[in-house]
Order: sequence, then C-alpha cells, then structure tokens
Amino acid sequence: MHMIENGNVAAAIGVKLAGAQVIAAYPITPQTPLTEKLSEFIEAGEMKAQHIPVESEHSALAACIAASSTGARAFTATSANGLLYMHEQVHWAAGARLPIVMCVVNRAVGAPWNIWNDHQDSISQRDTGWIQMYCCDHQQIIDSVLKAFAIAEAVSIPVMVCYDGYLLSHTYMPFEVPEEQQVARFLKPFRPAYALDPENPANLNTVTLPDTRVDINGDMAHGYMEIRYLLQEDLRATLAVAQQTEDSFKQIFGRGGDALLEPYRCDDAEYIVVGLGSLTYQLHDVVETLRSEGHKIGVMGIRLYRPFPAEALVQAVRQARGVFVIEKAVSYGYEGALFSDVKAALFESAQSGDPVPFVKGMVAGIGGREIRTADLTDTLRAAVTGSPRDAGDDPGWIGLRL
Amino acid sequence: MTPKTTILTLPKEELVHPGSRACTGCGLSIAYRIGLKALGPDTILVVPPSCLTVLQGLFPVATTKLPCLNVTFASTAAAATGVMEALKAQGREHIKVVAWAGDGGTSDIGIQALSGAAERGDDFLFMCYDNEGYMNTGVQRSGTTPQGAITTNTPFKGKLQQKKDVPAIMAAHGIDYVATASAAYPLDLYDKIKKALTLKGTKYIHIHTPCPPGWGFEPRYSVKVGRSAIETGYYDLYEVEQGVFRLTGASEKLVEKQQLVPVREYLQSQARFKLLSEEQIAQIQSQIDTKWAGYYQAG
Repeated sequence: MHMIENGNVAAAIGVKLAGAQVIAAYPITPQTPLTEKLSEFIEAGEMKAQHIPVESEHSALAACIAASSTGARAFTATSANGLLYMHEQVHWAAGARLPIVMCVVNRAVGAPWNIWNDHQDSISQRDTGWIQMYCCDHQQIIDSVLKAFAIAEAVSIPVMVCYDGYLLSHTYMPFEVPEEQQVARFLKPFRPAYALDPENPANLNTVTLPDTRVDINGDMAHGYMEIRYLLQEDLRATLAVAQQTEDSFKQIFGRGGDALLEPYRCDDAEYIVVGLGSLTYQLHDVVETLRSEGHKIGVMGIRLYRPFPAEALVQAVRQARGVFVIEKAVSYGYEGALFSDVKAALFESAQSGDPVPFVKGMVAGIGGREIRTADLTDTLRAAVTGSPRDAGDDPGWIGLRL
Repeated sequence: MTPKTTILTLPKEELVHPGSRACTGCGLSIAYRIGLKALGPDTILVVPPSCLTVLQGLFPVATTKLPCLNVTFASTAAAATGVMEALKAQGREHIKVVAWAGDGGTSDIGIQALSGAAERGDDFLFMCYDNEGYMNTGVQRSGTTPQGAITTNTPFKGKLQQKKDVPAIMAAHGIDYVATASAAYPLDLYDKIKKALTLKGTKYIHIHTPCPPGWGFEPRYSVKVGRSAIETGYYDLYEVEQGVFRLTGASEKLVEKQQLVPVREYLQSQARFKLLSEEQIAQIQSQIDTKWAGYYQAG
C-alpha cells in the first residue's frame, strides 16, 4: 500500500507492524507526534501493546529495559535532551544486551535551547554500544524500524533508528507500507535466550568483578571485561548480520540492498562526499550540478554508523582523489566525529603504503541552520578546483555568518 | 480479619540463602528474609544500587532465590512498571512485581520515578528499607536521615534538617495502601506485605531498618534499637488504607498504655546522636509528645 504521510507516522506504522509489546516514551519535540500516533493506534484497538506514559525519558528507557528483560519487544523514541537524559540508561541497555529499538528524531542539544535539526544528540551517544542506523527518507524510516528489530534480536544489542527532525519527521512524502503477511515472514516473534521468570530465577546485572570467577558448579564465569569484550566483538560482527538482514528484507520486500553504505555516482568519482541522513540525498542535486560542469563527484551515505563500516567505506572511497565529510555534529575541542572515523578507517591503508584520498572535514546545519543547496554547491565547487588538499582549516563551517 | 502470623505459622521455605554479604546485625537481612517469605516464590524483584545489591552477592553467585533485575539508581519504580507491563503483554499477570530499594533510591534519587508510577497507579509493591542514610557508600546523609544525626558528610554538626516523611508523600498520591514497618517487628512486616499483595495498584511499605555501622551501635542490638524507636514513639507503625490512617502492632498498643519510654533511651543507644544537647533531646521529646497527644485523642 502506498501512503503519503510524515516521517513520524512512517516510524509509528513501522513500530505497529513490528508488533512492539511495550512502548514507553516522554514527549519531546520533534519526536512527539511519533508516540502520539502510537497512543492512537493502541487506544483505537488497532495495535495490541502496553503503553506507559512515563514521567521522564530516563524512566522511558528504564521501562523498556525492564520490559525487554522480561521478554517483551520494547520500543521508545526521543530527541536531543531527552536522549541525553537517558544517557545512563542508554549505556545500561547495551551492557545488559537488550534488543530495544529507539527512534532518535535528531535535534540540536541545549544550551542554548534549540529545537531544530542537527546530529549532536545521537552522535554523542556513539560510544554507548548501540547500533545506529541513519535514514534519508520516509521509506527508509519505516523499513529501518523493521530491520532494527530484526538486527537487535539477532545480536541482542539495542538499535537507534536516527532520522532528521522536521526535515524528515514533519515533512510529507510517499512511501510503501509493508504488508503484514510479509512482515510476519521477515520478523519472527521475539524469543530471548532468557527472560525474568520465577520458574527459572536469575539475578540480572549483578555486581561483576574485574576478574573472572567460578560459579556454584565450579565453571568459570565472565568478569566485567569479558562481558564488555563480547559486546564489542558482537557489535563488529553486526556489520555482517545487518547485511544478512538487508538481504532477507530485499528478498521479501524487493527494496534496499546495502545495509552499510548508500553510494550515489561514486563509481568513477574523483571526489566523494561522505555524510549521514537526509543531507546525503540533498547532495545528490549538488552532484548533478557539479557533474554537469565536468566535476567527477559522488556522494557516499553512511547508513550504519555504529558499528562503523570501516572496511566497506575504505573499499568504496580508496580510488577517489579526495573525500569531503560534511556532518551536523562536532566532537567539541577536536573535529567532527565522522570526519575522525573516516580518516581512521583510511589510516591503515595509508600506513601500508597504498595511495589513499585526502580527507577534508566540513560542518553544516548546526542547530537547524539552513543548508542551502547553492551553498553546498559553491563550497564543493571551490573545494574540487584549485588545490583542495590545502584549502582552509578542518573542519570548515558551511553557512557560518560571523 | 486474617489472624496475625506468628513464628509458628511463618512459612519454612527460605528464599534468601544464608551467608550473604550483609554486615553483621544488618536490619535489612531480617526484613529481607522475612519479607521474601511473605512475597513467596512467584515474584520478580527490581533492585537499584543499595546495600541490598551488596547483600545479593557478586556475579555469578546470588543470595536470593527469586528472579531479580538490578537497575539504575533513579529508575526502580519505572523498571517495576516495565516488568509489570511486559508480564501483562505476555499474559503472565499472576507473577508479582516488587521493587525493593533503600531510602536514597526511594526518597531522593528515586522519588521522581516512584511518584510517576504511583500517579499512574501501576500495579506493584514498592518496599523501602530506610536505614536513614547512604550506608552503602559509607554513611552519608539522605533525605530520611533524622535531624541531629552525624553522618560522614554532616560530621561536626549533625544533619540540620528534618527527616523527609516519605510514607506521607506516598499517601498523598492517593494510592490504596501505604504502611510503615520495622525490621525489629518482622511478623508485623510480614502481615503488611501479605495485605498489600491482595490489593491492585501501587502499594508502598516503608521499613525502619537499624544499621549497626551507620548508626553506631553493637551488631547484637539491632532488634533492641529498632524496638526502642517504636517504644519511645520516635517511629510509628501504621497503615494508610484507602486514605484511612491507623496505628498498628506495637504502636497501636502504646495508645492503650499511654506511656512512652523516654526518647533519650533511643537516642543514647546510638553514636550518631552523640552531638545532641540536652535542649535538643528535650525538643525531640516535646515533638513526640505532641504527636502522641494527637494519637491518644484520636483513640
């Protein structure tokens, strides 16, 4: 079925189709309409789920952590300061290996207060052990919610489905709504390895020592470090699981193809622009303009940001002369986090003597500052002409008016 | 009215293994052991960081035979809601959900989530064991530390402020059952838990819990000190059932006797009160007398 709706509704329909059993959320702009829609589905009897109207985001994720530990499929959503208020729980959900799915409707972080879009909220959570997917349009939002539950439950790691506040959450676009029968083939019921049960009692998230320790049967049990190492290993292995999930999705729904990267005209590109979210689709227009002027340029969207698809990215951009990373977040005191990630991915190739592209970092759209296509075009045109390797300091801020 | 539980009718099954990591003479060990007998095996526990986390043991060994979800400090009640709603979604509502937190996890860092859950009327029992300070981190003041008590962050003047009345705050939410109890009266606690479990919605029980290292008395006197708090009228055992207040157990008997033991006896049994002047002790006695005059009048 085709539908024209906003991005929050696309997400809500995805959550309904996924059969989330417990939903807990606290209102925050621009996420609010998503959970309002879920409340409507539940109260109208269209969706069978427990809805908990909690008193804070910290409690929202607490309720999801507990529900997931009890064996229920759990969902929450938030933005900006709501996500940061959850921060302790964000770490906890990953450490406890719970396959919770959370939509992060990206918004700038205070202070000062700002409700518009950038990526500082979710990027600042990149080290928590969650999987992070970024969406570029409404079709990707609804599909990603379904894929997120499938991936999360396959690897027992929570997933953030990130999409741009307003630019996607509040704009209307046509998208295909997956059929229920197809969803049932794609996403099996949640069957956790363990769920809280008096018949089979366990003490979850107990104080765990730095060292390994024998259990009552004399078997060696993990220490904290082993538990955390396994999270890291399983996150790295998620790159493959995400691709398998994508393949299975494509087989059933006929859409998608690459879980990690989304290239646009990169095959013969001398310069490649790397970015996250809806910005990368906006850059398609820039690429068309610059290509019509004779500049061989392409765009590489990062679909899965954590775990970071370093190898796939290196393979995809190594032939280029230069890479420009444009991002809506800053690791304050250094540079954009994605910029650092891209450079780190290329470093190994560079060290082994392979020719690698130069990498330049740019920051744009902070706090919802409009990213004009004309500005992007001018910036990239200037960057690919002359001596781009030496142009300006990193990161350059696009659209700054000082 | 159901007959009162006695030492002879208490269930024999132990749900807390002996040899826990609790301190010698820990009031919580008594309340927890007897409390879990009242809860029974068909229960899921939710526990924030507290002395109870230590009592429970270190991975991969556990003291408790019940399934237990350890959660972040501020989130106990919200997590209890999450467990309860998940059980509902799975058709497993017969399993009881019980949060068991210390006074910090209840009255200070935990109060937002607790207030939210109580306002929603979420169906679980919240137990607060009140040892009147942050004992697990080495005896710092909490919202429920009584006035005048020395703690490690009120070292030379004692706590200047009053004890926060958390059961009254919970009763103000209009929930159907709020009770106070004492680790020194475990059978009274047992019966209150049993009663709470028959009711729907949020239930709250606040347990006065003597702490030998935190309060400064010898471990062998835990029960004696706990009883002294009740007999002096310093701490009261009561229930608020559907908004109706009623003294219970040993406190109820004090109304009949109309003769309180002087509070000096309680205060002088603990090193934490050693800074109290004669004037302050007299003031505390006067506050107790006023409170009890009201109780006597209400009959």
